[in-house]
Amino acid sequence: MSARNGGFGFLQYAICLRGIVWREALRFVHQRERFVSALVRPLVWLFIFAAGFRQILGVSIIPPYQTYVLYEVYVTAGLMAMIQLFNGMQSSLSMVYDREMGNMRMLLVSPFPRWFLLVGKLLASTAVSVLQVYVFLVIAWLWGVEVPPLGWLSVLPALLLCGMMLGALGMLLSSAIRQLENFAGVMNFVIFPMFFASSALYPLWLVEQSSPFVYDICRLNPFTYAVELIRFALYAEVNPVALAVVAGATVLFTAGAVLAYDPARGLIARRGGAGP
Amino acid sequence: MQIRSVIVALAMSMAGASAQAATAYVTNERDNTISVVELDQMKTVRTIAVGQRPRAILLTHDGTQILVCASDDNTIQVIDRATLKIVGKLPSGPDPENFALAASGSPLYVSNEDDNLVTVIDMITRKKITEMATGVEPEGMAVSPDGATIVNTTETTGMAHFFSAASHTMTGSVPVGARPRIAEFRHDGSEVWVSAELGGTVSVIDPVRRAVTHKMGFEIQGLRREAIQAVGIRFTADDATAFVALGPANRVAVIDTHTYKVRKYLLVGQRVWQMAFTPDEKFLLTTNGLSNDISVVEVGSLSVVKSIPVGRMPWGVVVAPQ
Repeated sequence: MSARNGGFGFLQYAICLRGIVWREALRFVHQRERFVSALVRPLVWLFIFAAGFRQILGVSIIPPYQTYVLYEVYVTAGLMAMIQLFNGMQSSLSMVYDREMGNMRMLLVSPFPRWFLLVGKLLASTAVSVLQVYVFLVIAWLWGVEVPPLGWLSVLPALLLCGMMLGALGMLLSSAIRQLENFAGVMNFVIFPMFFASSALYPLWLVEQSSPFVYDICRLNPFTYAVELIRFALYAEVNPVALAVVAGATVLFTAGAVLAYDPARGLIARRGGAGP
Repeated sequence: MQIRSVIVALAMSMAGASAQAATAYVTNERDNTISVVELDQMKTVRTIAVGQRPRAILLTHDGTQILVCASDDNTIQVIDRATLKIVGKLPSGPDPENFALAASGSPLYVSNEDDNLVTVIDMITRKKITEMATGVEPEGMAVSPDGATIVNTTETTGMAHFFSAASHTMTGSVPVGARPRIAEFRHDGSEVWVSAELGGTVSVIDPVRRAVTHKMGFEIQGLRREAIQAVGIRFTADDATAFVALGPANRVAVIDTHTYKVRKYLLVGQRVWQMAFTPDEKFLLTTNGLSNDISVVEVGSLSVVKSIPVGRMPWGVVVAPQ
């Protein structure tokens, strides 16, 4: 592969990346209902679930909060991560679709390195998820969820990293899914457990009080660290453990996806190629 | 427009990092202590043992001494601010719960909860001048800015009683909501506000006509009405804004004093009771009786920026420049 792409310069890589991002952007523009439905889910949680829970959740000040917060403030970081989780899985769904339709083959026969193509796709889907998160944040702000002014900016790097991690996870999963119909399994076995067994909806000290076993599961869940990375970044703080776990998981999942999509070694080869 | 407001808020939050050095003294009713909180560090730096069941707390006029109602010791203790040692006591009469100091620095008016009295103490001689009979279970005490009128609220009677400072006689009583707690004059003396804990209201009284001119209630989404109990009241120096502590609602209401409308509810700790401004009025501190902490409200942005652990069941708070 290195012999094939030896002649490419920065410009060619940029053109290729633009092509991938542009396609994702076009898909995004043409699927407005996908964008709206991605927002409806967290907003339902914010407007309905959080309203019911605001008096029930015990008050305890945990970092990064400096004082008492309402439940909707607590859950906002979790819902931002939820948007990215669903987006990551959605892009995994679209990769399975691309594979079934043959578009994937067109992408993968490109002379550019496989890792570059896949990272390009990851970047494109992350950009879409970041946009969705910011739209959600604006609506939450109008709903009364106050975020420190600096937090709007400081959360961006965390969103990019978490978007990459969850996108890479989706990509890795997509390599293992042969047919579009199997995607329901991803919903049941990946998205829901990851979301509920995390600190997105309730603080971990509360989980520990009710079940130490579930608490241990939550601590092993990389999504917990994505939520906490976003939560701290919203208050212009860095959670070093969360940063290390999310960065490590991003590298791991991306490497796994690149490997899985390698026609010579990957799961795709074993499962019958990248196209129909 | 939104970008501009974000930039302004950003500048305000950056300015907030450099808080003026001030020290808060918080009475802890259950621990029999006072927590000393340094506001530039936003933490409790020292705890002083005082008499039993310390509640209301004040600074003397010159700012050198702290006065504390040690209710179950039936006395008011005097603490030297420089050494933080108890240097004396005042003849408060039995069960002093709350007190108010005249703007001139003397006298001190003390409500004696168990004896239905208001004790008047000369702060120069440190001797009792007289006692004034009042309603049942006196609590809130206030002195008008000109020092001529004294207001005492009584929990069981459910009234705000007006006294003449010159003659030490009761000149009138005004019914307010159930279990009145605190009376507070505006700085211009034009109104006295009285909170009613069980009634969940604040009555605005014209001190000349001795009549309630407005009565404010509070509504917080998701909270039962019984959980909203008005207690502490504070006015900003320009009297434009009032803050009312709402007890078990865990909120402080921010009220526009021109319209008597609530502008905002601020979430603080559990069972918020009394409040005090920092000398520069940049922050308002609230004592949160059940969560054992004080919350710090940034007055400019009307946001709660910090909650600081103190002793058990904090009741009163006073702030002095360092």
